[in-house]
Amino acid sequence: MSETITPESARPLSPHIQIYRWQIQMVTSILHRATGVALAVGSIMVCALLLALAAGPYPYEAVRGFCGSGLGLFLLLGWTWSLCYHLLNGIRHLLHDAGMGFGIAQFIRAGWISVIGSFVLTALIWACVFARGGVA
Amino acid sequence: MNTADLQTPLKRVRGLGSAKSGTHHFIVQRITAVALIPLVLWSIWLALMLLHADYVAAQALLQQPLNAVLMIAFVLALFWHAQLGLQVVIEDYVHTRWREITLQVAVKFLCVLGALACALAVVRIALGK
Repeated sequence: MSETITPESARPLSPHIQIYRWQIQMVTSILHRATGVALAVGSIMVCALLLALAAGPYPYEAVRGFCGSGLGLFLLLGWTWSLCYHLLNGIRHLLHDAGMGFGIAQFIRAGWISVIGSFVLTALIWACVFARGGVA
Repeated sequence: MNTADLQTPLKRVRGLGSAKSGTHHFIVQRITAVALIPLVLWSIWLALMLLHADYVAAQALLQQPLNAVLMIAFVLALFWHAQLGLQVVIEDYVHTRWREITLQVAVKFLCVLGALACALAVVRIALGK
């Protein structure tokens, strides 16, 4: 079927999820929420570590052991990236709240900085982890 | 005399929105976010310091007054910010009224409990047994 561009077909489509083109503006927004929820779950780990450290050597070693396990490392890596992304994108949001960076080009660039920066920051932190001899 | 009676309905509702609390949620969310920027960076440093710390070394690290104070500030800001964020997610996606209320109250209780438990743990660590 040949497509001719008529005034009707040139009109923008309504943003229904199946026909909506993915773009950095929506990706950064969705990721901010998703990482926020993931980090709220991750606060359980902060609780566990502090309570174990208050409880005694055996609970503390148990939590450390979990952090060094396969599942523990996987979760810690995920939470590190979530934290880096939510931190960078959160700073971006605060700058937008202050009225900065609302030009379309600037806005898109800032979104990419959040996404790429989060991976760079995660890599830096885990480079520090391995430079110190790995986990546990 | 009730002064509220002297206000027009428009005056009463203006700027307060559907939650009836105006911009309070927005502002507290931003204030806790600003507080969390330095606190998160500090917590990453602390986590790296704790990597090869056994129980005694880890306790000694958190017993330093500055670290103890920053850790309590970190968990308070963290759970406060988490509650505010989860509240918006629940408001947006949970449309059955009783489910929404139950979840909102549960999240608030859990966040307060988490903050209290963490703060008490830090006090116990800092003061020794």
